[in-house]
Amino acid sequence: MDDIANDPGLVLNAFWVTIQLAVLSGLASLVLGTLLAAMRVGPVAVLARFGTVYVSIVRNTPLLVIFVLVFIAAPTLDLLVKTPFLVKGVIALTIYTSAFVCEAIRAGINSVSLGQAEAARAIGLTFGATMTQVVLPQAFRATVPPLASVLIALAKNTSVAAAFGLAEATARMRGLTNNNADDRWLIFITFAIGYIIIVEIMSAGAISLERRWRVTR
Amino acid sequence: MSSSVLFDTPGPRTRARHRLYGVIGAVVLLALLGLIVWRMWETGQFAYELWEPFVTPAYIQVLLVDGLLKTLQMAFLSIIFAVVFGLVFGAGKLSDHSFVRWPCWLVVEFFRAVPLLLLIIFIFYAFGVGDGFGAYWSVVFGLTLYNGSVLAEVFRAGIQAVPHGQGEAAYAIGMRKTQVMTIVLLPQGVKIMLPAIISQCVVALKDTSLGYYITAPGLTFVGKQIYTEFGNQLQTVLVVASLYIASNLVLTWVATWVQHRLVGEKKQLEVSVVGAPSTGGEA
Amino acid sequence: MRIMRTRAAAAAAGVGLALSLAACGEAGTDTATEGGDYEVAENAADNFDDGTKMKELAESGEVTIGVKYDQPGIGFKGATDDIPVGFDPEIGKILAASLGIPVDDITWKETISDNREPFLQEGEVDLVIASYSITDERRAIVGQAGPYYVTGQQLMVPADSDIDSLDDVKGTEVCSVTGSTSLDNIEAEGATPRGFDTYSECVDQVLNGTVDAMTTDGAILLGYVAEHPDDLKVVVDPFSEERYGVGYSKDSPEMCQWISDTINEAYDNGDWESAFKATLGESGVDTPEPPEFDACEA
Repeated sequence: MDDIANDPGLVLNAFWVTIQLAVLSGLASLVLGTLLAAMRVGPVAVLARFGTVYVSIVRNTPLLVIFVLVFIAAPTLDLLVKTPFLVKGVIALTIYTSAFVCEAIRAGINSVSLGQAEAARAIGLTFGATMTQVVLPQAFRATVPPLASVLIALAKNTSVAAAFGLAEATARMRGLTNNNADDRWLIFITFAIGYIIIVEIMSAGAISLERRWRVTR
Repeated sequence: MSSSVLFDTPGPRTRARHRLYGVIGAVVLLALLGLIVWRMWETGQFAYELWEPFVTPAYIQVLLVDGLLKTLQMAFLSIIFAVVFGLVFGAGKLSDHSFVRWPCWLVVEFFRAVPLLLLIIFIFYAFGVGDGFGAYWSVVFGLTLYNGSVLAEVFRAGIQAVPHGQGEAAYAIGMRKTQVMTIVLLPQGVKIMLPAIISQCVVALKDTSLGYYITAPGLTFVGKQIYTEFGNQLQTVLVVASLYIASNLVLTWVATWVQHRLVGEKKQLEVSVVGAPSTGGEA
Repeated sequence: MRIMRTRAAAAAAGVGLALSLAACGEAGTDTATEGGDYEVAENAADNFDDGTKMKELAESGEVTIGVKYDQPGIGFKGATDDIPVGFDPEIGKILAASLGIPVDDITWKETISDNREPFLQEGEVDLVIASYSITDERRAIVGQAGPYYVTGQQLMVPADSDIDSLDDVKGTEVCSVTGSTSLDNIEAEGATPRGFDTYSECVDQVLNGTVDAMTTDGAILLGYVAEHPDDLKVVVDPFSEERYGVGYSKDSPEMCQWISDTINEAYDNGDWESAFKATLGESGVDTPEPPEFDACEA
């Protein structure tokens, strides 16, 4: 208890690292995930195949194993040695999360009714125009709920970085529990509430986005 | 939507362009692969002694028995418990009584919002150590609470996805609440829920790896022991990851087969997950 | 046979699944005995008063000891090894021998830094011998007899590193185990703490240049320098004093005197020295003078 009460900055700093990890990897995953989704639905067979293989490999691998790969195995190949820890954390989280972003977006594309694309094709739009003008804007709306849950899961997944050199919230909780074993309930609840606040803010944002963007069909 | 609607049947020029893209893509991917293989070669990762543990019977046994088997056991137990937990709290969230509904809602929301790792670490130190139930069960119970809460939401949505007329008809012929639920709604709801339950099994199997933080047995933990002993981090990660991927693919395949046998193709459940974290496929 | 006994013992002790699962991995290879053989006392139960924990353990003929599994020299166990090896397990064998318990009847449990107190408080282990520094905070909740070894927090850096004083760590990245005191201490010196799950992962991070240094007790660092004498070195005089003690439950304060007497006897008859030479001494360090034990509270 003493540590939390004397130094609330410690908890806030820890969550600041968590938030940095979540925001940076969230953005990177959105970019990479969208790219993967485009590969998967696009006309180039090699890229579509690559997208499929990537997604099925990554989705079936534990995030922890990907962290071990990036932080512990990659340096044995002299790769990523001088990369800052935060960046490596973002890389590991992005490798993992982009597969789920890809699937969420692909599901969104599939949810756009066939007639929309047919109509777009009928008035002579190209593949690029069909995607950017007609399909993707609708797909993104349909994608808001699943994407939100992917990103919320990402925010929670940052906790895995605890044993990989990043002093984020879960790592700090471990340290505090270690020094103040008798206050473990209080420490746990404090950190749990921190995560719950992050998750609730993200859900609230997603709900308001969904309301504003709801497709009227 | 089938992607073929998105573009015209390509003409010769377009096909040539796609071939070009394909070749460029393949070259880039091969170059990446080549870079990795070259790095592996440069740093001597192909040396036999780094791979030796994985062809040594004693270590294969450790990997499969202490590693994979424990991982599968933990995943299996926690999914069974999670289904029970999910049914209870899912039904609780549908209850007509607000004094049942609210606590169930609170419990489910709490365990879905807290990172599983944080939960497992806490359960271990609060209840697992000492006369408690140990690291193994800390992982199982952590997974149960998390996956159970996700499944509670899946069950609730699944039941509500059954057409209203079904429940109304059941009440009309004089069934009681419990009967309506168990005889009419649940059997139909389960069919809709199965895909979500299957993906949750994969999530549980992957998340057993978090036991690594509290010295619970399992594939990742054994992997750590092996690379601590031999310094073959890369090789171990590749072997361990392949085992996880293979078990998850087999699990998905079996579950999908069972689903087809039992249910046939059915419209999949779309659980609105806004307002709460994660249903399908995330951990 | 041995494995059957260990399993039965685990079940009988009510330790439950986690332990018997751990025992599964022990199948296959023979017991590796490293280090000294210590004379196992006969009819040891007669040496202790009724109602003491020692009597209870001696009569049951088995004891559960918590040690580290990931610190070469101190306490280490490979994936296919039967029992851990290192200085701490040797001390455990000495103590068990005085209870008349042979090595085969010791149940080893892995303790990590943050579960040692709970393990003792809840009785999951009878003794903790796991590079367990004596501190007032810890002594408030568990018993600690010792020190049987004194070391201090130091830094380990690549052989060509410029870091050679504590002032140099400011602004560098220093690795240690997540949640450890060493990590807090080095953070207070102005370094960026990099917490990993085990020391060996930290060693790899230092070797491949990801972090600038690693910090923990000198005794642990020496074990790693012994493995990589050309690449690593220990710098900085110990800037803390870590006095390793044997942890026991506060419910059995009588254990303190017994631990103290037994290890002092090992000081005199050479067992302590041979235990050291077989383990930490392998790294080429001279055997230090055995430290003097704190007096037990009456």
